[in-house]
Amino acid sequence: MQASLSATDIACRRGDRLLLRGLSLDLGPGDVLQVSGANGTGKSSLLRILAGLLTPYAGEVHREGAIGLLDEKPALDEHLPLGKALDFWSAIDGRTNPHRPADMADLMDVPVRFLSTGQRKRAALARLDSQRPKIWLLDEPLNGLDRDAIVNVGAMVDVHRRAKGICVLASHQPFPLDDIQVLDLAEYAP
Amino acid sequence: MSSTFATLLTRDLRNLLTGAHGAGAALPLLFFLSIAMLYPFAVGPNPTVLAKTGGGVVWIAALLAAILPLDGLISRDLETGFFDQFKLRGMSEEWVMSARLLAHWLSFGPLLILACFPAAALLALEQETVRLLVLGLLAGTPGLAAVGIIIAALTASLRSGAALAGLLLIPLALPILIFGAGALGRNDPATLGFVGAISLLLVAIAPFAAGASIRAAREG
Repeated sequence: MQASLSATDIACRRGDRLLLRGLSLDLGPGDVLQVSGANGTGKSSLLRILAGLLTPYAGEVHREGAIGLLDEKPALDEHLPLGKALDFWSAIDGRTNPHRPADMADLMDVPVRFLSTGQRKRAALARLDSQRPKIWLLDEPLNGLDRDAIVNVGAMVDVHRRAKGICVLASHQPFPLDDIQVLDLAEYAP
Repeated sequence: MSSTFATLLTRDLRNLLTGAHGAGAALPLLFFLSIAMLYPFAVGPNPTVLAKTGGGVVWIAALLAAILPLDGLISRDLETGFFDQFKLRGMSEEWVMSARLLAHWLSFGPLLILACFPAAALLALEQETVRLLVLGLLAGTPGLAAVGIIIAALTASLRSGAALAGLLLIPLALPILIFGAGALGRNDPATLGFVGAISLLLVAIAPFAAGASIRAAREG
């Protein structure tokens, strides 16, 4: 089945504040969408709505394909060595021989709590990569990453799009990939 | 599906036993034993008094010891995004909470029941009292674990959730204590049937109540 992600007339309310309204999107295989906007305009909330973790104030979301979410919470056990923490998700996802990025081989024995912000982000990306969902939702995927790692994320998303995946990413930085759609949340502010 | 449950249970049990998620298994156990140890110092070494009141003290110690693992039981995974990732993989909150409930009970229930024997020796309890205590705790600790899971999930997103959890557990665990300790006073094993019934009810409700709390916390 082909992956698809569509949203119709989404409105999002946090507390008593309306963050955005009237937002619609329709994504198919190979589409990459960058959601941009100032802090507090609802980028993360939109991604959580698309993921089904947050109920939209109005509107509907329709998804075909498994969802993978990368946000500021890495969902890795702090006290475990990184390799063991990632193995838990491989077991949940039923991946017997998961691919691990070569540049993280020497981090696999380091407990997650000792990893830096950027290393955590890369670890969470490795978790997402071995989950192999059709739809990627990346919330600030470039935060804390060095220049090489930023290029790597661009390459990962490119591979994912060539494999007919969908990617929605929220970032205020320019994303290192050509030919991506941009959605500016300022247009949907109430 | 069953292998997923086993994977969840293994992780939960490891985290709860080692104390990666809060107090660990040793702290409730030591707390329980220290109450049994301190009690004779407080009321005096008279064996008649100890044998008459000791069983009730063991029940109070067990109830209070069940509060200790609540800190971090649910909140840690809520903060680190585990529940979001489970949800995205199509695993229901109820399913995840069932594994957590079983792991939570395994991490303190059997240990408390075993610790009854040294506690009984410290309090000079009679053999019949020990038998009723062990049976009572066997019936009652799953209920304490269930109340604990519900409260930990309800308070997971609050800043001072752990302190509140302790206060909330006491009234909710009161029926278990009344019937569990009541069986000792009346020397009547049939009363333990009520403890078992309350426990079963709580265990049946807990995954749904805790699951709903996680969903509510996500929307908040």
